[in-house]
Amino acid sequence: MSAEAHTHMADDGHGSMKPLIVGFVLSLILTAISFAAVMGGYVPKDDILTVISVSAEIQLIVQVMCFLNIGAKPGQRRNTVILLLTGFIISIVVAGSLWVMHNANVNMMPGQMTIEQAKMND
Amino acid sequence: MNAPLYPSAFEPVEEIDLEHDSHDDGSTTTLGFWLYLMSDCLIFASLFATFGVLEHNYAGGPTGREIFDLPYVAVETLLLLVSSFTFGVAAYGMHHNRKNMVLGWLAVTFVLGLGFVGMEVREFAHLIADGTGPDRSAFLSSYFTLVGTHGLHVSAGLLWLAVMMHQTWHFGLDGTVRRRLTCLSMFWHFLDLVWVCVFTFVYLRGVL
Repeated sequence: MSAEAHTHMADDGHGSMKPLIVGFVLSLILTAISFAAVMGGYVPKDDILTVISVSAEIQLIVQVMCFLNIGAKPGQRRNTVILLLTGFIISIVVAGSLWVMHNANVNMMPGQMTIEQAKMND
Repeated sequence: MNAPLYPSAFEPVEEIDLEHDSHDDGSTTTLGFWLYLMSDCLIFASLFATFGVLEHNYAGGPTGREIFDLPYVAVETLLLLVSSFTFGVAAYGMHHNRKNMVLGWLAVTFVLGLGFVGMEVREFAHLIADGTGPDRSAFLSSYFTLVGTHGLHVSAGLLWLAVMMHQTWHFGLDGTVRRRLTCLSMFWHFLDLVWVCVFTFVYLRGVL
């Protein structure tokens, strides 16, 4: 995308069709990889989750750069920094929730234990 | 209190802004809109976290593998992805001042978006008719909340698209219309980003 020197540094980008088409084709390929990995059985069962997660992450980056025109150019840096900070907060919210709730699930579920048995364990 | 603290209350700022958009290139507006999108991101992040916590709490009801129809979801995904691309083409037309091109591609985007929402409504209606509505289990509650919130966003985007098509047709591509179209374009691309996470972590992961 650095080849687009002739385009405006304007807010919205899309002065050129090239990043748009590149982003669209890459997104199509990545989407096809994800669906094929799950539906086609080309990937070992244990690796499917890794493949679709990585594919989704790449697709997010591709679309952010090509469609939303977010990158390292001077006119874009403000939005990029805000996006990165939001991503940081999201990772705390999502990973933290999953972690805390997993621990609560493992350690605090009553299970089949009766009140009497629980008292015996004390 | 000193009077100079409130100078802007008596200045017709809005009118200046509407008449000569050259004073404001719209970058403040797009920055503000970007901040809104990022806060919307946090809403989706908490819904994804909720879904992640509850996704195995089936309460004896169906699992994702039993209710998700992947080919159907693939078509939905394709509709939204192509609509993101066609909006990009409309933005390209706006950049090059081609009003009819903008109108045409916005219309294509609208039809594709409508197709997506229609498919999702049909999917939800089938699930609810089969007794697997949001009241069936925690898994389904969080599923309907997450995917439904995204669907509501797309529906709001469709309404906004219709309004912007009318404004483009009526006022032409003046500064105000351009600024609004730019915001809508960010909104629409953002919804496709969220959908990438939805089809990966809800549907595809749900059938593993």
